[in-house]
Amino acid sequence: MTPEFGHFALALALPVALVQSCIPLIGAQRRDAALMAVAGPAAMAQMLLIGLAFATLTQAFITSDFSVVNVFQNSHTAKPLLYKISGVWGNHEGSLLLWVFILAVFGATVAAFGNNLPDRLKARALSVQGMIGVGFLAFILFTSNPFLRLDPVPVQGEGLNPLLQDPGLAFHPPMLYLGYVGFSMAFSFAVAALLEGRVDAAWARWVRPWTLAAWSFLTVGIGLGSWWAYYELGWGGWWFWDPVENASFIPWLTGTALLHSAIVVEKREALKSWTILLAIITFSLSLLGTFLVRSGILTSVHAFASDPTRGVFILALLAITVGGSLTLYAIRAPKLEQGGLFAPISREGGLLINNLFLATAAATVLLGTLYPLIAEAFELGKLSVGAPYFNTVFIPLMVPLAILMGIGPMLTWKRGDLRGILSRVKAALAAVALVFGVALLLSGFSVTDVAGAAGMGLAAWLAVATLTEWSGRVRLFKAPIDESWRRATSLRRASYGMTMAHIGMAVLIAGVSGSSAWKQENILTMVPGDSVTVAGFDITLNGADVIRGANYESLQGNFTATRGGNAVTLTPERRVYDQPVQQTTEAAIHTTFWADLYVVLGDGPDESGRYVVRAYFEPFVPFLWYGILMMGFGGLISLSDRKHRVGAPRTSDTVAAAAGA
Amino acid sequence: MAAVNQKRWTFLLPILIVALLVGVFAKRLIDVKGGQDPSLVPTVLLDTPVPALDLPPLPSRGEGLRTADLKKDVSLVNIWGSWCVACLAEHPLLMNVAAENAVPLHGIAWRDDPSASLRWLARNGDPYDLIGQDPVSEAAIAFGVTGAPETFLVDGDGVIRYKHTGPISREAWDKTIAPLIEQLRQ
Repeated sequence: MTPEFGHFALALALPVALVQSCIPLIGAQRRDAALMAVAGPAAMAQMLLIGLAFATLTQAFITSDFSVVNVFQNSHTAKPLLYKISGVWGNHEGSLLLWVFILAVFGATVAAFGNNLPDRLKARALSVQGMIGVGFLAFILFTSNPFLRLDPVPVQGEGLNPLLQDPGLAFHPPMLYLGYVGFSMAFSFAVAALLEGRVDAAWARWVRPWTLAAWSFLTVGIGLGSWWAYYELGWGGWWFWDPVENASFIPWLTGTALLHSAIVVEKREALKSWTILLAIITFSLSLLGTFLVRSGILTSVHAFASDPTRGVFILALLAITVGGSLTLYAIRAPKLEQGGLFAPISREGGLLINNLFLATAAATVLLGTLYPLIAEAFELGKLSVGAPYFNTVFIPLMVPLAILMGIGPMLTWKRGDLRGILSRVKAALAAVALVFGVALLLSGFSVTDVAGAAGMGLAAWLAVATLTEWSGRVRLFKAPIDESWRRATSLRRASYGMTMAHIGMAVLIAGVSGSSAWKQENILTMVPGDSVTVAGFDITLNGADVIRGANYESLQGNFTATRGGNAVTLTPERRVYDQPVQQTTEAAIHTTFWADLYVVLGDGPDESGRYVVRAYFEPFVPFLWYGILMMGFGGLISLSDRKHRVGAPRTSDTVAAAAGA
Repeated sequence: MAAVNQKRWTFLLPILIVALLVGVFAKRLIDVKGGQDPSLVPTVLLDTPVPALDLPPLPSRGEGLRTADLKKDVSLVNIWGSWCVACLAEHPLLMNVAAENAVPLHGIAWRDDPSASLRWLARNGDPYDLIGQDPVSEAAIAFGVTGAPETFLVDGDGVIRYKHTGPISREAWDKTIAPLIEQLRQ
C-alpha cells in the first residue's frame, strides 16, 4: 500500500461524511425512511475508509518509509517496534487521524448495534456524528496531512522524542481519545434530542452506556498520563496541574457529572435540560482540550506540537460546534417538559448536589487554567496560576463531595430518610475514628500529619459507607446467609459497578492524602560502597555501568535496598538517546503493596567518583493506580449490565417506527 | 425544589460565556501568531532597556544577576523554575546553547525554593552563566512574564530585542533567535 492510497481513502471519507451529515438529517425532518437509512451504510463506509488510511500510515511507520514527511520527522529505524507503532499517534497529524478514526468507529458501532434506537433519533445522532467527522477530516486534509511526501528520500528519520518512548505514554493517547471521542456520542444524542424536541427516560438509557464507556477510558487514560509523569519525569510527583493535564481532567469532571445526572433523567425524568447541557459541555471541553494542546496558546510541556495556524482552524471548529449546539440548546431547552418533583433530601437531591460540586470543580479548574489568558486579554496584568491555587480551591470542593458520596447511594428516590441513614453510617463513623486515630499515632501530630490522617479517615468513610450500602442491599447478617448469597448474585452488575467505582475513589483518596502528607525525600552524593537509610530501607550504591540499549546509551546505577533481611536490586538509569539527542531519567521503583521506594541516579561521577542520588519513599502512591483501575473497571462492569445492551425498552415511538419499517 | 421555573435568559448564558471565551482565544491566537515575527512581539518592553535588577544568587553559586551584567554583551535571560514541566522540555536545548558557547545565558529562578533550584540544576545540568533568584516575582513582573519558560534576548546595550514565550524549539532557535543574535552582534 502506498501512502497515496491512504491519502485517497481519507479524501474519499470527507464526501462520505458530508453525505452522512446531510441526507439522514433531511430524512428525519421529512420522515423519509429511505433517506434516514443512508446513515448506517455511510457510517460504515466512513469507518472503513478512515481505517484504511490509518492502516496505511501505520504500515509506513512500521516499514520506516522515510519518503513520508511524517514518518521521517517522528521515526527512526533503530526504534523498537512498539514505539514505531505508537509513533503513529505520537505527533500532531497522526494523532488527529487516530482521533477521527475512533470517531468513525463509534459512529459505525451505533449504526451496527443501535437497532433498538428509534429511527429518527438514530438518523439524527449519526448525522451529527457525521458533521463532527466533516470538521475533523477537513482539518486533517487541509492543514495537517500525514501523507505528505518528501523528495529526495532521507536515509534515516529524526526519531521520536525520547520522553514519549515509553509504554505508559504509548497507550495514553488512544485511551484518552477513546474517552474524548466517546463523549461525542453523548453530544450527538443530545443534539439529536434537541432537534427532536424530546428527552425521556429511554433517551437517557441510550446515552448512558456511551457516557460510561467514554468515562471509563478517560479515567484510565488520565491515570496512564499521571503514572508516566510519576516514573518518567523523575521527581516523584504524579500531578502538576499543568494546563494540558487540566485539559483532560475538566471533561472528566463534567463527564462524571453527566454520568450521574443521566441516572436522574432515566429514573425520574428530572434534570433534563441540565443533562443535555452537560452532554454538550463535556464534549465541548474535550474539543477545548484538543485546541489548547495544539494551538500553543498556553505554555505546557506538551506544547512541542503546536502551530498557531492550526489553532485558528480548531478555534473555528470549536466555535461552530459549541456555538451551534448551545444556540440550539437556548432555543429548544426551555420547551423541554420538566419531570417529577422531589424533596431536597432524596436520591435526586443527592445527585443534584453531586452535580453542583463537580460542575463547580470543573469551572474552577477551567478558570485557573484559562485565567492567565483572560487576564491578559482584559489587560488585568500578566500572571500565572500554579498548583497552590488549584489545591486551595479544589480540595475544599472534593471533601464534601466525598462525604456525600458515602450516603448518597443510601438515599431513596423522591424522599430520603436522613435519620434512617444516620443510623446506618455508624460503622463508617467508627472506621473514620479508628483510621484517623491510628494514622495520627503512627505518623505524628504536625499539621501535615493531621491533614494526611484526615484524608485517610475520609477514605475509610467512603469505603465503609459504600460497603454498608452494598450489605444493606444483600441484607448481610440481617437475613440468613443463603438469602444474602442469593441477593448478592442477583444484584445488577450496574450496582456492582457503582460499588467498585466508589471504593476505587476511596482508594484514590487514600493514595492522594497519604502520598502528599508522608512522602520522604533524600538527596545526597554517594560513592560506590556508600549507604543511606530511607524509611527503614538501607540503600547501598554498588556502582554504575554504561550499557547500550536499542537506540540509547545509558548509565545504569546498581543499588541494593535491604529491609528486614530482604534485599532487592534497583537499577535507575540516565539515558542519552541517539536521535534526537536528549537525556531522560529512568527512575528505579521498588513497589511494596502500599508504598514505593523510588531511586533516581543524578549527575556524576565527578572527579572523586561521586554520584548525585535522590531517594524517595512514596507511601500510598500505588493506591492511586489501584484506585484508578478500580474506577475504570467499575465503569466497565456497569457497562456489561444487560440493561445497557438490550434492556432499553421500546417506547411507543420505537414500536411505531419498527412497524412502519 | 425541582421543576424549578427557569428563566428563559438562563438558557442563553452558556452561549454567552462561550462567545466570550472564543473572543479571548482569538485575540490570543492573533498575538501568538504575531509572536512568530519578532517585529510584532506584543510586549510593551520590546526595544526598551531591561528593568532594574538586583537579584541575589542561589546559595553558594557565585554572583546574582544585576542590570549591569546585561549591558556587557548580547545575552539571553531565561525565566525558569524547578516546578515548571515545560522548562524541562526546553532544557536540552539550553544545554546545547551553553555547550556551543553561542551567547551568555542567564537564568532567573522564578518563584522557586533555592534548594529546589539547585537540585534541579544538579540533576539536569546547569547551562547558566549567572542566576538570580526571584522568589516574589519582582523581576518576573518587571519583565512582564506570562509563564515559564520565557526567554528575553537583550542586546549589548541592555535593550530587550526579542521575547520568546514557552519552550524554545530547535526550529525557533535556528530560524529566529540564532540569526537575531548574529545580527545584533554586528
